Amino acid sequence: MLGFVLRRIAMAIPVILILIVFSFVLMRAAPGGPFTKERALPPVVLENINAKYGLDDPFLVQIGTYLKNIVFHFDFGPSFVYQDRTVNQIIAEGFPVTLTYGFWSFVLAVVIGGGLGILAALKQNTWLDYLAVGFSIGAQAMPNFIMAPILVLIFTLGLGWLPGGGWYTGPGDPNTYSAYLVMPVIALSTSYLASIARLTRSSMLEVLHSNFIRTARAKGLPNRVIIFRHTLKPALIPVISYLGPAFVGMITGSVVVDMFLSTGGIGKDFVQAALNRDYSVIMGITILVGMLTILFNLIVDVLYAWIDPRIRY
Amino acid sequence: MNLDTNMESAEFLKGRSLWGDARARFFRNKAAVASLIILILISLFAIFGSYVTPWSNEEIDWNLMGDVQTLGGPSIETGHYFGLDPLGRDLFARVVQGTQISLMIGVVGALISVIVGTLYGATAGFVGGRIDNIMMRIVDILMAIPYMFVLILLLVVFGRSIFMLFVGIGMISWLDMARIARGQTLSIKNKEFVEAAVATGVSTPAIILRHIVPNLLGVVIVYATLLVPQMIMFESFISFLGLGVQEPLTSWGALINEGAGQMRYGTLWMLGFPLFFFLISLFAFFFLGDGLRDALDPKDR
Repeated sequence: MLGFVLRRIAMAIPVILILIVFSFVLMRAAPGGPFTKERALPPVVLENINAKYGLDDPFLVQIGTYLKNIVFHFDFGPSFVYQDRTVNQIIAEGFPVTLTYGFWSFVLAVVIGGGLGILAALKQNTWLDYLAVGFSIGAQAMPNFIMAPILVLIFTLGLGWLPGGGWYTGPGDPNTYSAYLVMPVIALSTSYLASIARLTRSSMLEVLHSNFIRTARAKGLPNRVIIFRHTLKPALIPVISYLGPAFVGMITGSVVVDMFLSTGGIGKDFVQAALNRDYSVIMGITILVGMLTILFNLIVDVLYAWIDPRIRY
Repeated sequence: MNLDTNMESAEFLKGRSLWGDARARFFRNKAAVASLIILILISLFAIFGSYVTPWSNEEIDWNLMGDVQTLGGPSIETGHYFGLDPLGRDLFARVVQGTQISLMIGVVGALISVIVGTLYGATAGFVGGRIDNIMMRIVDILMAIPYMFVLILLLVVFGRSIFMLFVGIGMISWLDMARIARGQTLSIKNKEFVEAAVATGVSTPAIILRHIVPNLLGVVIVYATLLVPQMIMFESFISFLGLGVQEPLTSWGALINEGAGQMRYGTLWMLGFPLFFFLISLFAFFFLGDGLRDALDPKDR
């Protein structure tokens, strides 16, 4: 087991390095430097700026410095557009917000989605089952960028219950913390909640129809024991493997939430940087998200191998 | 004697091919057939829609432009069946154009994935051994990358264009397909017909193309129909952020974004029409994919 974890970590490190080098090369391959403006700067000024940001060093030295700063100091360097801000500061401002609603979306998707799937499987072919299946098919076509406008339309413009975006600013805020949380969380989690429900339902049904459950019923075990002891564990294993992609999808979806609902997470910084061609910010966020993705997939893989003894590692 | 007559009558029975079976199963599935009809209608809308309206997608209706909020709604009299967009252009023509581009991106993305993914997966699975290992590790590594962010990075660096969008979508869409194709290849590569081909000295590329790939088609078709809506969503996501297709081109995602930005002014038709087309097409693709899976799934036979 320990060997497996170490091997997976050893595999994750080159991926992160490749991602860093790849985005760095891409950034330098871009036509025009980051300081190419509509009105050309005087050559002397340009030279000074390049020297300040280390852009006049040989390419390999630049990439080495960039890697070294990330690996040893977790420092993504200065922003190229906002002179007084570093990439780290920008991330530090937005990331807690992203993490907050991301966490709640994840919890909602797993708990409600899983619960719905389990219930639907246990009550197969009842109205509850049909409702759950209908919902999960419908919600497949409702990704975050569709949900966000619809939610604003209903809850802000229609009913006036929730603020149409923004984030909790402190005690003086007219809205409560949770009021700001509702729409981002629902928008982000709906399609994943639906997928998890579908997946849980079908894998529950498969287990419920398997031979060992029939044996358990034949020897007269109470329903409660059959479900909690014998069905749930094997049924939830495929669901765990979906958590990795779901996590990635939610991180990506946070870009839409931040843009459309102005929640102030890193998504907005990312799109803004993309429009401003603020390369260091784009790279910093891409690399950070990449690291998170890899870390999360690692956790899921380890969890998977730990729970399912059939998996060889 | 009994056997003899049976054999004789069997000759006159029309054989049921695998595909004939699948077709019969597919047409029994009402939701799938309905989806197919809806998709045909939407394609017709995309192809012929521009002949139905007197307005083009670039023209601005100067008469109504100043008063889009009150006068720009859908109406037969003005000829704007879906109303106007925020700039005073005909929304019907814009939706036709967006439908063309969204469908094109979905289909082309799925095609790239079918061609690249199938060949890659079939090669990896058939050749096996160390090459298989390396090829699939590469897929693993690419899958671990947050592609949406990398794609946006690509679009920023090389400029936003439909071509870059295709490159980016093509780069990631084949990964799942490669895995699926490889799995299927592993299950058929030890069958007798492959062995026969190897024994008669057919070259490896020829075996892969002539004997392996045709036998993957069922699974590939099913997965490709499910990929089309994914590609459409993918593109819409990027266009919703304003990083995808650029004016004067448009897509469902861009139109939805435009409409959503105007919601507060009560011009809901701007959101409603593109959203409607997006949703019913996606539903139709999902149901079609499900229907095809039920029809072609080898497990069911």
